[in-house]
Amino acid sequence: MRPVYMISGGITKFAKAHPDKDFRLMVKEAFDYAMADVPALTRKEIDGSVCSYFSDHFTRQLMAGAMVQDYLGLSPKPSRRVEGGGATGGLCFQSAWEAVASGRMEVCLAMGFETMSRVNTWKGNEFIALASDTNFDYPVGGFYSGYYAMMVRRHMHEFGTTVEQMAKVAIKNHANARHNPYAQSPALLTVADVRSSPMVATPLTILDICQMSDGAAVVILVSEEMAHKLCQQPVRISGVGCGTDAMRMADRPHGKVPLLPHESEGDYANLKYPGVHSFRGGRSAAGLAYRMAGIVNPVRDLDFVELHDAYTSSEIQTYEDLGLCRYGEGGSFVDSGAPFLDNLDYGLAFTGDQRWPKLPVNPSGGLLACGHPVGATGLMQAVFAFWQLQGTIGRHLGDDTLQLPEARRGLIHSHAGTGTYITVSILERGGI
Amino acid sequence: MNKHAKLPETDEGTVLFNVDPIIVKYHYEIDYLHSYAQDSPFFAGLAAKKLLGSRCTACGYSYATPRGHCMECGAATEWFELPLQGRIHTYTTCHFGGEAFLKETLFTLILVEFDGVDTLFLSRLVGAEPDEATIGMQVKARFLRNSKFKPTDIYFVPV
Ligand SMILES: [Zn+2]
Repeated sequence: MRPVYMISGGITKFAKAHPDKDFRLMVKEAFDYAMADVPALTRKEIDGSVCSYFSDHFTRQLMAGAMVQDYLGLSPKPSRRVEGGGATGGLCFQSAWEAVASGRMEVCLAMGFETMSRVNTWKGNEFIALASDTNFDYPVGGFYSGYYAMMVRRHMHEFGTTVEQMAKVAIKNHANARHNPYAQSPALLTVADVRSSPMVATPLTILDICQMSDGAAVVILVSEEMAHKLCQQPVRISGVGCGTDAMRMADRPHGKVPLLPHESEGDYANLKYPGVHSFRGGRSAAGLAYRMAGIVNPVRDLDFVELHDAYTSSEIQTYEDLGLCRYGEGGSFVDSGAPFLDNLDYGLAFTGDQRWPKLPVNPSGGLLACGHPVGATGLMQAVFAFWQLQGTIGRHLGDDTLQLPEARRGLIHSHAGTGTYITVSILERGGI
Repeated sequence: MNKHAKLPETDEGTVLFNVDPIIVKYHYEIDYLHSYAQDSPFFAGLAAKKLLGSRCTACGYSYATPRGHCMECGAATEWFELPLQGRIHTYTTCHFGGEAFLKETLFTLILVEFDGVDTLFLSRLVGAEPDEATIGMQVKARFLRNSKFKPTDIYFVPV
């Protein structure tokens, strides 16, 4: 496999509804932005693309990827569509990585979108629930927020995680998003705001849950030679990993924890894993990506993380899958202040627990505050991570508050179903 | 050849929500000929007031759901009758839901654990207020008298 570099990205402003633009035009806007950022790259040099969108039901159009391809003027070059629920964008990113790493392409465009405003919110929830087993799970009350509520209820039971700790995740991500003009719902919240907002599925309130969105994002990945030629500040993709689990969370085993290099069996003597409290596929994805990137202790070796916080609870669960803290410590990790930005005032007091160094998680605002146009989401994370590593947050967001001073290595994490497909990719500054 | 050919006009209109951009109502509906295939005995079991799980014929792993082949070893499974009493492994009360289930809110979802069975079963808890459900609570199965051949033919109530 050859080294693969990211040289550009683009995002549309995520919004509840963009009825004035169809999916082709949204992708075109993100694409034009990305192309303008690498003036040396011509459309002719793009060898092909991968397109990600989650739901044929939302799009009301099969082969929508081919329509984006022709709209961008990329026909008759190669393209394909990638789909894997909430992880669609992350899978698309890795599929484009494969195209370049294998030598099949020198320049590959990863492009994703979702237009979720075309049905009402509750029909949208029904569409999303069709990504659970339609014979056995969906008919019982198919509702993803209900599934996640059951998962976190068990996490609370196993580990003592609290709704206040979950609320702090919402506070963090919404506050970060106040400095991100691409975000759909920036806000300054309190624990009381989160807990008093409408209950959706106990214990999750509406502010524990991301919103549906219209939006698009693109990423341009290239070989080392093209990175040299086209870009002053390319970012290397140093690790990719993917994991899966049973579609029905009822079918998940209760076995042993697969350990990361910095963990030992004694850490989890009595833990039955993953059950429904954790995401085994996330652990698998992280393990593979860490091995490829040479990461031994993620909380030390990473400078920031953009993870799939469709729920405040799943952000806490994901800290543990990624090995940022041990299983069961996710709530304390939040309380410590480790995943918060140093330069923002969240109106919270932190314990400052010294077990964990600072590791900003979702400095962009994540899904909770940026929105979640499913097929675009995993690519949106890659774009924010890319700008962060380039040091160009100020230029792209018009506000450099979210720019981390020493961002050398970041992690992006994309997640589907109740942990059914999960991807982890590692991006690093420079490296040529 | 008829140069005065005309399509007939109809009085069916279009539901219009907006003109700039134009947003119209688009209706979509379909009836499938859906087969439960190898999982059919599970649904037949519910009609006979039996809850069937799957046990691996090679490694003995037992599933509280229909699963023709074992996730652990790949061997074929056989049906076995699950106990009709278990415990709540986890739960939630849904105040909202997908459109099809909105009219049923509030409803409580539970994952049921059974003694000696390796995995869980998703169902609804009926007969308990939302704040009465707890992890570890004993529940027993009830069946609809008139089967609909859906997983909701079974539900659980407090013991
Ligand atoms: Zn087996």
